[in-house]
Amino acid sequence: MKVATTLTVNGTAYPVELDPHVSLLKAVREELGLTGSKEGCDDSECGACMMLLDGQPVNACSYLALQAEGRAVTTVEGLAGEDEVGPLQRAFLQQGGVQCGFCTPGMLVSATALLRDNPDPTEEEIRIGLSGNLCRCTGYRGIVAAVREVASGDVPPLGTAPVHADATPPHHAG
Amino acid sequence: MTRSFTSASTLDDALTAIADGARPVAGGTDLVVGARQGKAPLPEAIVAIDRIDGLRAIEVVGGGLRLGTLVTHGDIVASEEIRTRYTALADASAIVGSHATRAQGTIGGNVMNASPAMDTGAPLLCFGATAVLRSPSGERSVGLDELWTGPGKTSAKPDELLVALDIPAAAAGTGSSYVRLEYRRQMEIAVVGAAAVVTVDGGRVADTRVAITALTPTIRRVPEAESALDGSDGGAAAIAAGAAAAAAAATPISDVRGSADYRRAMAEVIAARAITAALTRARGETVPIPASPALHGAN
Repeated sequence: MKVATTLTVNGTAYPVELDPHVSLLKAVREELGLTGSKEGCDDSECGACMMLLDGQPVNACSYLALQAEGRAVTTVEGLAGEDEVGPLQRAFLQQGGVQCGFCTPGMLVSATALLRDNPDPTEEEIRIGLSGNLCRCTGYRGIVAAVREVASGDVPPLGTAPVHADATPPHHAG
Repeated sequence: MTRSFTSASTLDDALTAIADGARPVAGGTDLVVGARQGKAPLPEAIVAIDRIDGLRAIEVVGGGLRLGTLVTHGDIVASEEIRTRYTALADASAIVGSHATRAQGTIGGNVMNASPAMDTGAPLLCFGATAVLRSPSGERSVGLDELWTGPGKTSAKPDELLVALDIPAAAAGTGSSYVRLEYRRQMEIAVVGAAAVVTVDGGRVADTRVAITALTPTIRRVPEAESALDGSDGGAAAIAAGAAAAAAAATPISDVRGSADYRRAMAEVIAARAITAALTRARGETVPIPASPALHGAN
């Protein structure tokens, strides 16, 4: 039987009616139409569904949506302004941190949580902080470089910075 | 398929719902994944316990420690008390799942999931932790060796909820560590694991506790490994004897993570690393938390 609840996502309250077994990921994608978060493994392994729940990372594919009532949910859509991407997203673009793009929303959410807790992480700390997120294109070099760039506090406007030499995606990136 | 979901605001509400047949959920990191993997279907009725006040505290009680059932792995890793005095538990919680698992997953859920491969189990067992089980008719404490009765099985009655874990005081001069063999840094489950808690007094090993993970149907201590170290100088020969005894107690299965033969062979290596790291810490030297990746590449 469906249960009436309210999900608060990226600061907006959405009244919804959900079956008790529905995951937060499914509710956000299919009921609210926010499709930035992805379903990869649907098993908490890959991190493509990563959201923040009261600021803490959660594998939304394996979290019951009804448990999120009254909690602040943040998805990748909440990381940018209306018309402009944020510094982290800009750095991903500058550094070639996006290939097929499927892992990108989860990477951005995990990196946001990482940078909040540790504003100046080492490369090793970034790799550990993002190791719950899989990139099937194996484009980790550019992703790590992007997070480092944000940590350094100096992300140039789009289209003005040279892409990191080591971060050039391979030609057959999937 | 789940037909009813309630969120309890008090412990009494939760206990009533559980007595009526609902399954408790807190961080949800095992329940939904387990259902999807076909381990057990999602329960008919679920009661969320994550909003109950007072169950998420780490309290120093009578020299020991009480962990509320809703304490997360992230809380454990951040606790200076645990990092200093119960270091093996910090080693374990620091490598459970991913940053998301550690933010949402609770110690109570971890213990009651009763996986023989759970990381926090061997440290808790070595520290002598007891589980505080509450039902509408009262409360009782049981040792973890009595609680875990098989893979995924506990001796808790259907109407009982784990509300806390009590960990006794650790003696001065005690060092501890948990080490696991892993193929991946996160979202990994122990292929083989071992915890050691060692108390050193005047250059001799006064007390040793060793437990093995993912090597027996339930996580268990190995008295033969402990007596091989007790009274010794904690040198290479004693460590080797303890590790060999730990491996001899293993009755591993073959599965996707490793064959029984491989597990048996690695048990000795991992036990030796855990004992060595515990001794190092007992002597006042530093091994980073978590010990596992710090010891990768060690012999």
